[in-house]
Amino acid sequence: MKQTRLMRNIYLGVENLLLHKLRSFLTMLGIVFGVGSVVAMLSVGEGASKEALDQIRKLGSNNIIISSVKSVEEESASNVRTHMSIYGLTYEDFRRISESFKDVQKTAPVKIIRKESRLGERMLELRVVGTTATWFELVPRAVIAGRVLTALDVEKNSPVAILTEFGARKLLATENTIGQTLQIGGDRFEIVGIVQSESGEAGNIQIPDQQVDAYIPIEVARKYFGDIFTRRSSGSFEREKVELHQVILQIDSVDHVEPTAAAVETMLERFHDKKDYRISVPLALLRQAEATKRRFNIVLGSIAGISLLVGGIGIMNIMLASVTERTREIGIRRAIGAKRRQIIYQFLIETVVLSTTGGLIGLGLGVLIPFLITIISGMATVLTLWGILLPLLISMMVGILFGLYPAIHAAKVDPIVALRHE
Amino acid sequence: MADTSVQTDSRNHEMIRLVEARKIYTMGRQEVRALAGVTITFLKGSFWAIMGPSGSGKSTMMNILGCLDRLTDGQYYFDGRDISTLGDDALSELRLRRLGFIFQSFNLIPQLTVQKNIELPLYYLGWEDEDSAARARVLAEEVGLADRLQHRPTELSGGQMQRVAIARALANDPQIIFADEPTGNLDTKTGLQILELLQKLHGEGKTIIMVTHEPDIASYAQIQLHMRDGLVERIDGQEGL
Ligand SMILES: Nc1ncnc2c1ncn2[C@@H]1O[C@H](COP(=O)(O)OP(=O)(O)OP(=O)(O)O)[C@@H](O)[C@H]1O
Ligand SMILES: [Mg+2]
Repeated sequence: MKQTRLMRNIYLGVENLLLHKLRSFLTMLGIVFGVGSVVAMLSVGEGASKEALDQIRKLGSNNIIISSVKSVEEESASNVRTHMSIYGLTYEDFRRISESFKDVQKTAPVKIIRKESRLGERMLELRVVGTTATWFELVPRAVIAGRVLTALDVEKNSPVAILTEFGARKLLATENTIGQTLQIGGDRFEIVGIVQSESGEAGNIQIPDQQVDAYIPIEVARKYFGDIFTRRSSGSFEREKVELHQVILQIDSVDHVEPTAAAVETMLERFHDKKDYRISVPLALLRQAEATKRRFNIVLGSIAGISLLVGGIGIMNIMLASVTERTREIGIRRAIGAKRRQIIYQFLIETVVLSTTGGLIGLGLGVLIPFLITIISGMATVLTLWGILLPLLISMMVGILFGLYPAIHAAKVDPIVALRHE
Repeated sequence: MADTSVQTDSRNHEMIRLVEARKIYTMGRQEVRALAGVTITFLKGSFWAIMGPSGSGKSTMMNILGCLDRLTDGQYYFDGRDISTLGDDALSELRLRRLGFIFQSFNLIPQLTVQKNIELPLYYLGWEDEDSAARARVLAEEVGLADRLQHRPTELSGGQMQRVAIARALANDPQIIFADEPTGNLDTKTGLQILELLQKLHGEGKTIIMVTHEPDIASYAQIQLHMRDGLVERIDGQEGL
């Protein structure tokens, strides 16, 4: 019974607001745009940060990635025709990093080789990574078929290759390809597995397995293909000697990631006279993404706060006008026997209906906009339950807050004066 | 005569008693004594017309009797109980359960239909929708407006509006009906129809207190109370009771 009474009061409120459709609509606009912009921005922001966080998670938040890069000096020297660039991480670096830090749990070396390869009839250049079994623990990817590298493969220098999904697609390999021979350069490898691959970037760190076609044991790569690579670029040959292209470290706890990164950097500085490496810490990116999100939320919150405040004042203004306009009605209701709090209740419900309707329309707008953004720009947007409920709740609160004064004002009307009111 | 004696007995019960009732408005340093010490008893089931020149205190008297306003000084006994000290909520409750009002300017709520206007007191009494709709229909029939329930007040004539107001005043089955110049905005013929309605209600046992300055209208009442300068000047017609 209480329920139906509330429903009836709401219905009466709606009826009263419908008497002045344009006015009610205009009054709502502040709330509509306030809630609309908050919902839309929240969902766009949530989408962007979710995308970033997903990517960072793919990198591993406990990982440190050290990559070989050509130092600035090398970059200018390599213009000389006969020059061979020597740079990057060495096997010795890898050994030192693996052995000197107690917080480093696991390490994986990465040696990248580009070689003309052949599977059956298909021939193309593959990007092959020489690594150890640990790689697959640091960059965990689902196995589609067969298996990944094992410690035994590495120990025994077995000529085995694991294809990535990406590489398999290029080679038109399927599950049935397992056991077949993949020719890399002039050497033959047995395909023993296919793993899933991820793509994309997080911040400016490339995902380790991006554009990798196959994995082989690192020692095999070293023995078969050596450390010197010749690359033909824009008509000239470029020769470079790089022992390792990347080293991936896993740190035992999140708290140790940043100190270890600093220690590794200090160590590398000691042994490299040029800065031919780059240390990337996904965790730092995560922190950065979180900080950005926090800043974004603060800006968002202020915008929302201001627009809802303006909206609320607009509502209060109109409700005060409405009270004056309906003084006589209030007088009649009071004379008939309505108590003060019933008058308060009536006007409060009307205000809350007004602000909540504004909130609902704003919500519709706020859902539609990200939807359109996703369709038009392909940008990911995420609608969270929280992102919907909170603005609605707030619009309701705005109704109560800014409706209270006009409602109390209405209840103070003296019935005798009100009944004389024209 | 035994029957009537019982009836007379119940009618001789007092409904309202004012004792030295004063209502003083203070405007700056000037005092207006709208009621200047009135002592009077209204019996249950009586029909009163309050008369007097403009400014004599008729409306003030009605507002006090109707519990819309409070005395500055003196006592107000309603059904034997002193209510001059009651709070705002208690007075609202009293109006809601025991009183009905009819005004010169009808005072219907324009955005509500005739039915919703009649149902208004029932709404505050907490009635269920179906029950109050049924009662509104009965009342509308009683005042001859059964076919106008879904109309808005603005679509009705003055006489029809006043009949809606009467139906609304009757919705809570009040003991007393207050009518402040109920015919003031109506032509003579329509005014008389309204008076006949009031007389019928009086016949059904309701106490009616009406303000008017037309002697013709006042003659429909049993008792004529003449006021002047906030005081009772003369009471006509009480001898017969
Ligand atoms: N709210 C008020 N403030 C100050 N004075 C008031 C107020 N209400 C009434 N009065 C004064 O009290 C006196 C009685 O007023 P009241 O309205 O009761 O007269 P009335 O008999 O109803 O007159 P009318 O026939 O013109 O309606 C008048 O002098 C009036 O000016
Ligand atoms: Mg008057």
